[in-house]
Amino acid sequence: MAEKRDLLGGPPATINVGLEVFADTLQELGFPVVQVDWRPSAGGDHRLTDLLSRLEQSGDSNAEGTN
Amino acid sequence: MTVKNHVLKNVYRDSVALMRLSREMEGLENVAQATAIMGTDNNKELLAQAGLLADSGKSATPNDLIVAFDLTPPGREEAVMTSVQHRLMSGRQGTSGGTSYRPRSMEGALQTLPQANLAMISVPGEHAAREATKALDLGLNVLLFSDNVPLEDEVDLKQQAISRGLLMMGPDCGTAIINGVPLGFANAVPSGRVGLVSASGSGLQQVICLLAESGEGISHALGVGGRDLSDEVNGAMMLEGLRALREDSATEIIVLISKPPAQSARDRVLEAASRCGKPCVISFLGEQEERASRGNIQMEDNLESTALRILKLLGKEPPGWAFLDDKSRKQIESIIASTDPGHRSIRGLYSGGTLCYESLFILRNLGHQAGSGLEREQVGGDLLIDMGDDRYTVGRPHPMIDFRSRCDALVQAAADPEVGVVLLDVILGYGAHPDPAAELAPAILEAQKIARNGGRRLACVVALCGSPDDPQDMDQQQKTLTHAGALVVHSNALAARIASAISRGAAGPLPGGDTRG
Repeated sequence: MAEKRDLLGGPPATINVGLEVFADTLQELGFPVVQVDWRPSAGGDHRLTDLLSRLEQSGDSNAEGTN
Repeated sequence: MTVKNHVLKNVYRDSVALMRLSREMEGLENVAQATAIMGTDNNKELLAQAGLLADSGKSATPNDLIVAFDLTPPGREEAVMTSVQHRLMSGRQGTSGGTSYRPRSMEGALQTLPQANLAMISVPGEHAAREATKALDLGLNVLLFSDNVPLEDEVDLKQQAISRGLLMMGPDCGTAIINGVPLGFANAVPSGRVGLVSASGSGLQQVICLLAESGEGISHALGVGGRDLSDEVNGAMMLEGLRALREDSATEIIVLISKPPAQSARDRVLEAASRCGKPCVISFLGEQEERASRGNIQMEDNLESTALRILKLLGKEPPGWAFLDDKSRKQIESIIASTDPGHRSIRGLYSGGTLCYESLFILRNLGHQAGSGLEREQVGGDLLIDMGDDRYTVGRPHPMIDFRSRCDALVQAAADPEVGVVLLDVILGYGAHPDPAAELAPAILEAQKIARNGGRRLACVVALCGSPDDPQDMDQQQKTLTHAGALVVHSNALAARIASAISRGAAGPLPGGDTRG
């Protein structure tokens, strides 16, 4: 299991996945943020996405490369 | 009408970026109508309904961007696409931590920002649980802004988070402020002694803005998503937030906000709050019979009374926002005098779900048979609609960002001869529209003109929810809206009571500092 990262101890450092406007705000205010270049997994194919999720949950596959 | 579609393969942009692109396209020469939208089946159906789906667009996949536009008169197609390509390229610079580098995965992002402790996720709902699970697996706390996430996924994600000692805020968590850092839709409020956990984003914003206007700040504001106190989720994250604030030395008063909770969640939260060792103000909206004091807990039933209670605990005088000034009162009396009693139904068009809910129960408590857009589609009489609800936001930005739906609905309401009062909320802060008044004021003017042409007068009452330090300049927003003819107050509950007074033709009961409605 990955190391747990406390949230309330100081200003958060943020990984933003999705609406860029939220990362823009943090960047403009000088808080640490990284924007992920996200796009739908499996090319947006719902059937494949479900399959990937099930594989990930079963621990049989590391599908991070699909993103 | 000459409809053109261009499919840009494997180009993904979020809904806000696409809204901006669509607007820019509509400002180009010869472009009568334009939309940039991802090629999901749902979106293609929306395009078809709008008459903007050409044969070439039908082949797009969810990973492709469809640029659709109507050229009237025909011509300049190449110029439009050159402009679109330029915009798509320029829009990718200047973000992602000050560099153009964008990691493709959360693991990559962690290498870039090793101290990261929070993932903020706002991808389309069908992808949200998968991304949140990845973040929790990496040891990250999560703020899940996305809506349209299945309830069973929420239960599972929160259980995963608790087992790891992490916070899982959301899904449908619109706002949080942690150590002064605004996340999602958040206001620029000062640091202070009040810590909040809320299952309501706009409810949280209303309370912290009323506090900020009274000079009081917050330690942390944690959103948990609107379903956290349901039977299924059972208050899982509100309890975790309460625990975190109990242990937080900067927090002197704890505030918990939710719509009426399920009984077992309610019992758990009250029991934990009674043992937290700090004064607690609990706002279960609409539970008027529960308004009481018990030990360290003070129960409140609306957002305004919650803010007033906090200020009282902090030894503050009653603030100006709780009262109507003489000018506003005279304006209301003038509207009542010039409004035909037969044309005084209320139409509420909200971007904040909890603000809509609060207005609904205040109106019902005042004797209105007010309906919500969620309960019935066709009603006469008073009708309040939460336009930020999931059903209105599939494939498009939240109405705090995108005012098109509300402006359209406002103009439609003006054409309804029964409607005499329109109630609106305007929520300021980071992430929200940079100049809401510039969007709404023309629509208010047009709506009033339509009503006048029909021989009626239309009152527009605006609840302006913002902090004096918000980037939109609250004073200027108020001036612009007032200049357009709106009656603007800062308390949503007060706005609802004003609407009721106009609708019923009696300004008499308006405040004063009475917050019971």
